[in-house]
Parts: sequence; C-alpha cells; structure tokens
Amino acid sequence: MSIDDTNLDPAANGALPLESVIPATDRNSIKNEQRRELFTTPSFLIGLVIALFWLACAIVPGVFTKWKENDFVRTSDGASIPRQGPQAEAWFGTDSIGRDVFSRVIYGADNVLINSPLAALLAVLAGAVLGLIMGYYRGWVDEILSRVLEAVLSLPVILLALMVVAVFGDSRLVLILTIAGLFTPVVARTVRAAVLAEAQLDYVTSAKLRGEPSLFIMLREIFPNISNILVVEFTVRVGYAIFTVATLAFLGFSAGDATVADWGKDISESYNLIQAGQWWPSVFPALAIASLVIAINLIADSVDKVYSS
Amino acid sequence: MTATASSDAQLDRGDPMTAALAVDDLRLAYTVRGTPRAVLRGVTFQVRPGEAFGLVGESGCGKSTTAYAALRYLPSNGEITGGRVLAGGQNITEMSTKQLQQFRANHAAMVYQDPVQAMNPTLRIGRQVAECFQILGFDKGEAEDRALASLERVKIADPKSVMDRYPYQLSGGMLQRVVIAMGLAGDPQLLVLDEPTTGLDATVEAEVLDLVRELREETQAAVLLIAHNLGVIRTMCDRVGVMYAGKMVEEASSDELFEAPSHPYTIGLMNAIPRLGLRKTDRALATIPGNMPSIGTELPTCVYVSRCPLATDICRTDKPPVVALGDGRWTRCHHSDQVSSIEEPDAVVPDYKVGDSNIVELEQVSKTFRQRGNDIPALVSVDLGFAEGETLGLVGESGSGKSTLAKTMLGVYGADDGSQITLDGTPMKGKATDRRDASIRAIQMVFQNPDSALNRAWTVRRILLRTVTSLTPLKGAEANDRVEEIAEAMRLSPHHLDMRPRQLSGGLKQRVAIARAFAGDPRVVVCDEPTSALDVSVQAAILNLLANVQHDERTSYLFITHDIGVVRYLADRIAVMYVGRIMEKGFTEDIFNGPVHPYTEALLSAVPNVDGTASERIPLAGDIPSPADPPPGCVFHTRCRYSIPGTCDTIEPPDILVGPRHEITCHLPIDQLPKPVTVSIRANP
Repeated sequence: MSIDDTNLDPAANGALPLESVIPATDRNSIKNEQRRELFTTPSFLIGLVIALFWLACAIVPGVFTKWKENDFVRTSDGASIPRQGPQAEAWFGTDSIGRDVFSRVIYGADNVLINSPLAALLAVLAGAVLGLIMGYYRGWVDEILSRVLEAVLSLPVILLALMVVAVFGDSRLVLILTIAGLFTPVVARTVRAAVLAEAQLDYVTSAKLRGEPSLFIMLREIFPNISNILVVEFTVRVGYAIFTVATLAFLGFSAGDATVADWGKDISESYNLIQAGQWWPSVFPALAIASLVIAINLIADSVDKVYSS
Repeated sequence: MTATASSDAQLDRGDPMTAALAVDDLRLAYTVRGTPRAVLRGVTFQVRPGEAFGLVGESGCGKSTTAYAALRYLPSNGEITGGRVLAGGQNITEMSTKQLQQFRANHAAMVYQDPVQAMNPTLRIGRQVAECFQILGFDKGEAEDRALASLERVKIADPKSVMDRYPYQLSGGMLQRVVIAMGLAGDPQLLVLDEPTTGLDATVEAEVLDLVRELREETQAAVLLIAHNLGVIRTMCDRVGVMYAGKMVEEASSDELFEAPSHPYTIGLMNAIPRLGLRKTDRALATIPGNMPSIGTELPTCVYVSRCPLATDICRTDKPPVVALGDGRWTRCHHSDQVSSIEEPDAVVPDYKVGDSNIVELEQVSKTFRQRGNDIPALVSVDLGFAEGETLGLVGESGSGKSTLAKTMLGVYGADDGSQITLDGTPMKGKATDRRDASIRAIQMVFQNPDSALNRAWTVRRILLRTVTSLTPLKGAEANDRVEEIAEAMRLSPHHLDMRPRQLSGGLKQRVAIARAFAGDPRVVVCDEPTSALDVSVQAAILNLLANVQHDERTSYLFITHDIGVVRYLADRIAVMYVGRIMEKGFTEDIFNGPVHPYTEALLSAVPNVDGTASERIPLAGDIPSPADPPPGCVFHTRCRYSIPGTCDTIEPPDILVGPRHEITCHLPIDQLPKPVTVSIRANP
C-alpha cells in the first residue's frame, strides 16, 4: 500500500474508521426522535385528541348523537320542547324550534372540517408557486407581484370575502376558493422570504454554474428545502381558515341549504336569544369553534417547535 | 522528571480560591430532542491572575461551552451536572441570579465572535457603551464621559464621532474594539474571549490582538481565550489546555505545547498544520483518522482511544492517568512515554509537473458594477494565466476583489468590454449561460462552506449524478459508473452515496463538494477558502486530497485563502490582490524569500503564526479603500510606509520584473523593496 493512501484513507488498512457518518445524528434516528418528542409533548397530544374528535364527528356524526341534526327533541310523551336549557334529554339544550343543540354541534363539524383544510391547502400551493417565483427571480417580477399582494393584504379580509361570495354565490367551491385566495398573499410572502435565503446559498450558484434551467432550480433544488415551512404554514392557515369559514357562515354565507347544521350559522340564528337568557344555542357552537381552533394551534405550535429545533 | 498523579485531584494546580478562574471537575449536559447529552465530562483547569490561558480543540470538543459555563452563561437546554466554577474565590455555580448579575458586571467580561451581533443596531455606540457604566452606578453624564474615555483606551480612531455613530457605520475591527471597551467597563479581573478575531481580516485581527495584549499588561486581567486558529493561541497565551470530547487531555505552556506536545491528540493536531514553511512537494500533511465522538456518547475510559495511534488494550479498559511533567504541565495518557514514536508522515508526494502553456488566460479583465448610478470598478485590468497542473494562490484582505475575480472567471458575472478570458486560446463568453458546454465544464468551483454548497434535500448520489449528466454526455448506467468512479477517487465509500449531507461530517461534505467540482473533468477549479470552515485535521485531509487529485488529473487551481500556511503549502504561484488590482505575482518561494511588494510585506507579517511570534509586525493603518473611490496614483499609497510623496499619490505604479515571472506593481526601486518579515524557523530548538 502506498503511503499517501494510508494518509488519505486510514480505513484502507482496516485499522480505523474513516472520518465518516456521524452516528448519533443519523437521519432516521433524528426523524424518530422528533416524532417521539412530538408524541410526548402534552400540548400536541391534547390538540390531536380534540382535532381527531371533531374529525370523527365530521365523518360519522350519528355515532355520537341520539337525534339527527334536524330532528325535534321529543320527551317521552312525544311533546316538543323548544328553548329548553341543558338537560338529560338534550345535553346542550334545544334551540328556538326545538332541535337538539348537541346534535347540531356534532353534525355541524363537517362543514368547517372540509372547507378549512382544503382552503388552506390551496392557499399554501398557490403561495408556494408565487413565493418561489418572487424569491428566485427577484427584480421587477418580484416588485410587481409584491405590490399586488400588498394591495390584496391591505383590504379587510371579511369585506373582500363577502363581496366575492355575494357576487359568485355561496357554493362550497366559491367559499373555498375565496378563502384560499385571501390567504395566498400571506403564504407567498413567507415562502418568498425563505426562497430568498435559499437562493443565496452556494448550491444554487453551483446549479447555475452547470447551466441548469430556472424551473429545475426552483422545483427540484429549492422546493424540497422549504417544504417544512409549508407544513408549518399549512397548520397555521387551517386555524385561520376555520375562523373565516365560521365568520362567513355567521354572516350568512355557508354552503348547503338553510337547515344544514353549521357552527357559524347556528350562532347567527341564536345569538340574539342570549339577551333573553337563552345562551346555550349560541355558546355551545362558539365553544366548538374555539376548541377546534385551539386544538389546531396547539398542534401547529408543537410541530413548529419540534421541526425547527 | 516525570511524576504520575492518577487523577486531577492529585495534581497540584495552586489554591483555587486565589485563582482568577478555577474550573473544577465541571460536568455539563445539553438536552437535545428530549435526551440530556454529556458535553463536558469533568473539565479541570485554573487561570491564575494576570495569566492568559488558551483552550484549543476541534469543533464539538466543548471549548466554547467551557467558556460560557465559566460565567454560567448557558443556553436554556444546558445544565451543569457536576463540579464547580470559582472566580476570585466566589463559587459561580452556587450564585443566585442576582449575585450572578453583580458578578458579571463587576468581575468578568466576555467578548464574542461576531461583534455585529453583540451590538444593538438601533442604538448609537455612545449610548450602548455608557449603559455599561450606568449599570455600575454612574449617573448619565459621568457614564458618558467614562464611555468616551473607554473608547480612547481601546485606541479607536476618532472616539468622539464614534460615540454618535450606529453600529452599521463601523467596520468589524472597530466594532470589536467597542465590544472590548464595553467588556472592560467594570475593570474585570477575568476576560473571556470566544473566537474574538474569527471573521476579521488578518490585518485587523493583528491589531485587535495587539490591543488585547496591551490591555492585558495594563489591567493585569486574566484572560481565557478560545480560538480555533492555533496561531492566535500561540501568540496570545501563556498556557494552553487541549480539549477533546469534553475533557482536557493536555495542559502546557504555549511554547512547550507547540514545540513538544505530549498527548497523541495534540501531536496529531500539530502535524496536521502546514507549518514551518512546509510545501506539498515535501510531504503530505498528517491527518487524524475517524471522528470526534458526538456529544452524549458513553466514553468510560480514554476519550481519544478510538483515534489514537498508540492505543492498546489498557486504553480500552482503564482510565488514563494524569501524568505530571513539571511546571504545571501534564498529559492524560497511558503511553505518554511513547509519544515520540508517533511519526510525521514522510511520504513525499510525487513531483508536481506544471505545464508550459496556459490553459485558461485572463487578459485585461475588468469588472465594473453599477450601483445607484455610480460605477464601482471591482476588478481593474487583471492579467492571470493558469498552466496545466498549476496552483495559483490568491491572497488579499476582504474587499480586495478575490471573489469577484473568481466569479468573473466562472461566468457568474460578465466581464466588462475589452476583457478577454481564453480557454486553450479561444475566447470565452462572459456569462456562464452564454458559454458553450465545453467552457462551462472547463471551469468549476469548490465553495467555502460545504453546508451551503450542497443541497440538503438531495442524496450524495443525486448531487453527483445530476452534475455528471448535465456537464457530460454520459447517461444512465454510464453516468452512474462515473459517479462511483469519482466518489472513489475522492475517498468516499459507496455507502456515503446514499446519504444526505447532514449525515456526513464536515470533511466528508467537502469531499462531496470537491467530487462535484471534478465530476465533469474540469481544466481549472476555483477553490474559495475550501478549508476555512474545517478543523485542522480535516483541513489536512482535504489539502492532501486536493494535492493528489491535482497530481492525477493535472487540473489547475485558483486557490483563494487567507491562511498563509495553507497557501505556502499548496500554491506554486501566488498573486496578491488589493482594491481589485494584482499588486504582485510570483512563485511561492520567491514571494516568501522576497523582495516583495510593501502590501505583501504587511499582509505576511500580520498573520499570527503557529511557529512563534514574528520579530516585527508591519502595521497596516486604516481600512482598505472602497473600490468606488480608489486613491489616485498607487491605490496602496494611503497605507504604505514607503510611500514617496509626489510620486505614489499621483502616478500609477509600473509593473516591475524582480525575478523570473515575479512582477511587482510599485514605484520603489528593486533594491529598496522590503523583504518579508517571517518567523525564523527553529531558531532555538
């Protein structure tokens, strides 16, 4: 064996390991450790349990309730009992026409749980595309798009949503697209900042030096490195989307006909009864919204903390 | 006379109560991803009053953690799990938060690596410095007076105007002076410096180190200095402790440590440094096989056993003894009597043959940036040629245009009209995107920081394969074969190919980056400080690799570096840049033997040398001029100690030939050109 070989590669003589893999930071073990840490974080578990509960409600609401969303609660003698407070027959009380508030809360989960993640997903996808283009090309492309996004951001979210929904109708598709469109600028700005930082790195210079096309650099080189930002951004946006969906429903824009259970819509139908002392038909759906948003935020915070450390 | 003490406790270090800092069996763990992991595994040392103590070791050895723990300044996931720290007789490990604040304000000061981050960017310098005095109880007016006095003390230019400026208006060297002034506010008995000059130019570094040296004499404060640059440690410290994997393995006076190290690890470090004028034609550099154990690893016996050339069975079963060697010098090794048997590598790398004609030639290359309507000439009429198999070392302060030159050559920037870059005599287009495939292939680059240069989301195989398929006509199985071939040539084993960069150590990552640069069979490779982010032992392996690949492939290198030892080891020729101009170029031996350009003289003398202190350092006053507004005549005349009034400040200097292919751009007659001031090597062995 030549001497310079020994010198360069001590492993060649079999005596000692070459400067090599860093054992404790093996990629899989990091992933496992991160997952383990996530699943031992109390706030994440609490959030997960709540979110999973609402997900189950959205999929199989009948399992949890005695009454259907539009059933009238009847006592043993067959009488309807509208405007009654919480009791054994109706845990959350009954609303102004005698439906079970508990059942309506359970049945109302699906609207929020379908619309919000879809809207957030679309927003993240569109924001990622815009952010990649702005952060990678910079210059006048970035200038123009930035000004447009800032203009959108400067408008009050709910007013804009109301306008769009009022013009195009309140079908589920329009609702989702509207909310996605409203969130896209925020996501785009976050992604743009991340792409700006990535594009400074030498691997991008290296790709340019071997003549790679821009599309390849954006999608294959840079995109995989910003994907965890997108995950965090998605969870955060879901939380906001829930709020927006519920607010729009409260203001009278929700998919489906008037009798379908929906948290925001139910609150808007019953909140004026609070003054008459009948708090239950509006407070329970409100708590449902709050619990879901808190759950999503708990998950988002834990995911952010574990994956960015 | 050697005496064996079996443990740290039996070693006589002096009374810990009177020490400026006494660290006693300090153990510390960081909680990472939920698990506490040991970082310090029982560190014991003392810094006596007025003494400068240096901590050395490779990254991850715990030297910075020790420094932070010395002031109990720890991140939230760090916990002291054992031992104690005494400073001036006070037990820091037992202090309450309030006592600790008092102690830090009055007894100790810390200077960090990056002065920019140590300052609040929104407050004026004067206010921030005065704050330090207000904390000590002075009222506002007096605090300001004292702030001004303290800035004068650190010899900052024009302290009055500095008081009114914001941090971004000061250079790195000036900011570090301000940080030191703030640290000295409470007249501390202990000054902890954590890489205080890393990131500063050699010329600025020399000034900051001079300042620390003067202040130390003036204040008699004890200094704990952390630096990865062993030259800094050698020139600054009285005594040095060598750390490895959270334990101190050797302690000695600075001279003894560098001239006669007594622990196998220290010997490995010393042999890995290109020093004493070593050249690639003399021998390969020594490397240390393996990796430092990562934090939290169970190390029941000797921490160095897995990489030690002397390791025997006893090293794996018994804790190594502390062997006292007199004068506070000791080593932690079972085989301290055998260390002389560790040999330097005596391999002489086969002769390097440099071709006769230039492959790539730069003629009158200029690059002017336009910024807010102003022309900024970053490169001015540069002529350079690269012969086959030749290494051209490019040196100069930051802002001198080294990177601009490299990037213009690579085609990241298009050169100005009238510039010509030729490949085998054929002119190339300026921008890489306009160049032919063959020209793109011909010039590739190895970047400074492999973490930034490699895509973290890709496997090594994908990184190399993509480069092969986009630079060469090879496809499919052939391309894959080429990837495996190039990986083998870079001493990467096949299982590394399927890993991602984060799974690899710094040295391996840089090997991958080098493999990528060589994947398309380049004619010239630009190496932009390829080893400055690496530890010395890894640097040695990378330099060996670069030298060997060059020998086999006959590639030319443009090697940009600030490390004079490295450039002397590797370069066949050296070019010195200043404000976008080449001031001097010549063969490496000729540059180090002189005569040289006055700027080269100052640059060489500024570098802290591992072989001891140079007899005289040539000061380089002021900052490098902005290329937007270069001084008239010779651009260096504003800082040149030989400047001839009426000539140097009006007339551009000629290129004079002082030897074979040794050109100096200067007005001085040849016989008046300076000789470089260097350490007389092995003057007193």
